Amino acid sequence: MSVVETGKPKAPLIYNPKVRGIAYQVLLCALIGFLVYGAVTNAMDNLARAKIASGFGFWEHTAGFDISQTLIEYATTSTYGRAFWVGLLNTLLVAGLGIVFATILGFIIGIARLSKNWLVAKVAAAYVELIRNLPLLLQLLFWYNAVLKALPELRESLLIPGGGFLNNRGLFLPQPTFKEGASAALIALLVGILASIAVRIWAKRRQMRTGQRAPVLWITLALVFALPLGVLVLSGVPVDFVYPEAGRFNIRGGIEVLPEFMALLFGLVIYTAAFIAEVVRAGILAVSKGQAEAAYALGLRPGPTLRLVVVPLAMRVIVPPLTSQYLNLTKNSSLAVAIGYPDLVQIFTGTVLNQTGQAVEVVVITMAVYLTISLVTSFLMNLYNRRVALVER
Amino acid sequence: MSDTATLTDTELAYVQRSPIAPRRPPLAASGAIGWLRENLLSSVFNVVLTVVCALLIAWIVPPLLKFLVIDAVWDGASRADCLPTPERPEVGACWAFVIERLGFFTYGFYPIEERWRVDVFFALLALGVGWMAWLSAPRRDLGVIYFFIIMPVVSFVLLIGVPALGLPHVSTAQWGGVLVTIVVATVGIVVSLPLGILLALGRRSEMPVVRLFSVIFIEFVRGVPLITVLFMASVMLPLFVPDNWSPDKLVRALVGVALFASAYMAEVVRAGLQAIPKGQYEAAMAVGLGYWQTMRLIILPQALKVTIPNIVNTCIGLFKDTTLVFVVGIFDFLKTIEAARGDPQWATPVTSTTGYAFAAMFYFVFCYAMSRYARFVEAHVAAGERR
Repeated sequence: MSVVETGKPKAPLIYNPKVRGIAYQVLLCALIGFLVYGAVTNAMDNLARAKIASGFGFWEHTAGFDISQTLIEYATTSTYGRAFWVGLLNTLLVAGLGIVFATILGFIIGIARLSKNWLVAKVAAAYVELIRNLPLLLQLLFWYNAVLKALPELRESLLIPGGGFLNNRGLFLPQPTFKEGASAALIALLVGILASIAVRIWAKRRQMRTGQRAPVLWITLALVFALPLGVLVLSGVPVDFVYPEAGRFNIRGGIEVLPEFMALLFGLVIYTAAFIAEVVRAGILAVSKGQAEAAYALGLRPGPTLRLVVVPLAMRVIVPPLTSQYLNLTKNSSLAVAIGYPDLVQIFTGTVLNQTGQAVEVVVITMAVYLTISLVTSFLMNLYNRRVALVER
Repeated sequence: MSDTATLTDTELAYVQRSPIAPRRPPLAASGAIGWLRENLLSSVFNVVLTVVCALLIAWIVPPLLKFLVIDAVWDGASRADCLPTPERPEVGACWAFVIERLGFFTYGFYPIEERWRVDVFFALLALGVGWMAWLSAPRRDLGVIYFFIIMPVVSFVLLIGVPALGLPHVSTAQWGGVLVTIVVATVGIVVSLPLGILLALGRRSEMPVVRLFSVIFIEFVRGVPLITVLFMASVMLPLFVPDNWSPDKLVRALVGVALFASAYMAEVVRAGLQAIPKGQYEAAMAVGLGYWQTMRLIILPQALKVTIPNIVNTCIGLFKDTTLVFVVGIFDFLKTIEAARGDPQWATPVTSTTGYAFAAMFYFVFCYAMSRYARFVEAHVAAGERR
């Protein structure tokens, strides 16, 4: 046999793993290419038949619809592009505030669940179990329809001390307007922030050198809050408040907080806090008991032990899942569409899609925004992980 | 004291010959009071916390009970029964509304004389879920075939109807309520588990192209909100297929949910695969098993076993996420609540809250049961690992 003559047993090519691998991959590429090609040609056909334009030309067209909450200037005569930015900013606003409050509430509840106080631990556990097992959409609808929409009407508004109103049209608060001289306070604020960072660095260096600790927290609070406030008072409080005035059918002036915004913020904060609480609890439990015991042996009291030993160690475990909770909150803010808060999804995949009919472009833009946020966050996360990861010998 | 040594034993009257019975611990450190002191009142700060929590409970629980049970209206035929009257100024939950609309909440617009088919579907599903969930059930291999192949096919035929078999056609537009919620969740799980396993294997594959496509798919889907995936499925899918077979609304949503769940399932399975030591792969190769044999006989059984709790957690997330199909106009359970609470026949100040309370109970019962099950399996698996 020829195989014996060459000295090498020759298996058929099909049993060669390398050849097989390449064949599989070529097949997969072909299949996906076929699917994409089919989808694109079908889409072109369908769009042409429905006489829907394609491309991103609509970006410059007049939007012609109104938006109830705009952080930047916007009118019905603005373009779709402008509407996009309005929606994106609204999404970022609710996500940013939501992340701040959810973190605070989540840490409190997570630590409360580990409390030695039986009642506190049980209340925290009940909160987590209840909130985690209910759909967010249901919670949002509840806050919006059953709580905020059930508030009194305009004429029977609840008065908030300091000149605000709360009714079923939202929350109305006095709006501060800054006059001349207020810029001094702003500069003081910036100086305070920079100085507090400098103090922090200095305090850390000193602690490394001498072991002495400086009251960084109090200095920071004084620099960031007391300094600008002091400057503000010294310059004669150059701030005017525009108070909301209740008319017969409307409230004029002041800051208007939409009930949709409040419902979305409540819902997101309460929901995400339950998940953050679990992340925090798991993180603290992951710190070995010996660490806390060693701290007690050195004479640290429970508070400083938690703050200086346990939490810094737990952060290594907490931060990655915490970030994914932040991302979840940002993505979940798209549920705004169900209660009519004008976020990116509501404005773009809702109104703009309906008006232009350019489904592909609109959905692609919306997804690209969320994808960018996710990818940037996970990139930063990886950088952080590399920094704090345990370096094993 | 020098004569002490000469005394005999009997003269030493103060020698204790039998142990004294232990004294009861001080009341302040044992029993209910001790427990209270230890767990609730150990420091000033703790006392404050306890008081705050007690006030919180007193503020929430009694009004809730009053609303849900004490002041609740249990029978009635219309809104008039749930409106406050001079004799009864405080009206609690209007359960009469829920009871009257229970059929609508469960079946949506499914024809009344055909509703037994939905009940049979629920029974088939319960059988499948029970078979899968009972870890030492007989013939679990058959159970897998039943759950992933037989049950979906039979259920589909049963629900949509085949006129030739004497089952009239029921269009998906008539489906609604709990039926749709369960269908979406079931399809999500039945599709996402196999697809998720394939994607997880793809992501760990040695073939670069397969790995690349898997990574792109998983990261893309996990990076965007479910709503945008649903919008994509509902507005873009009809564009991508030939004009004459545009899928119906429910199918589009199902595709979106299934793809979304697959990406999350893939990451869960991948975590399980990573927990398998390399020696297992090498041993499988050494005895001459091929790739698929290795996976099917050696790796996946071990990986899936430790992953069950996480799979169940993903299922909880999926079950909660089924509510989002509401946004693309599917009549799921939450949507039937929304529709019914706006119905003028039952419009009262308490109707919305009652509807949401009912929905909350429904979702809570399912999700909580699943999370308890996940914890049970976790303990079960951990007990098996301990030697």
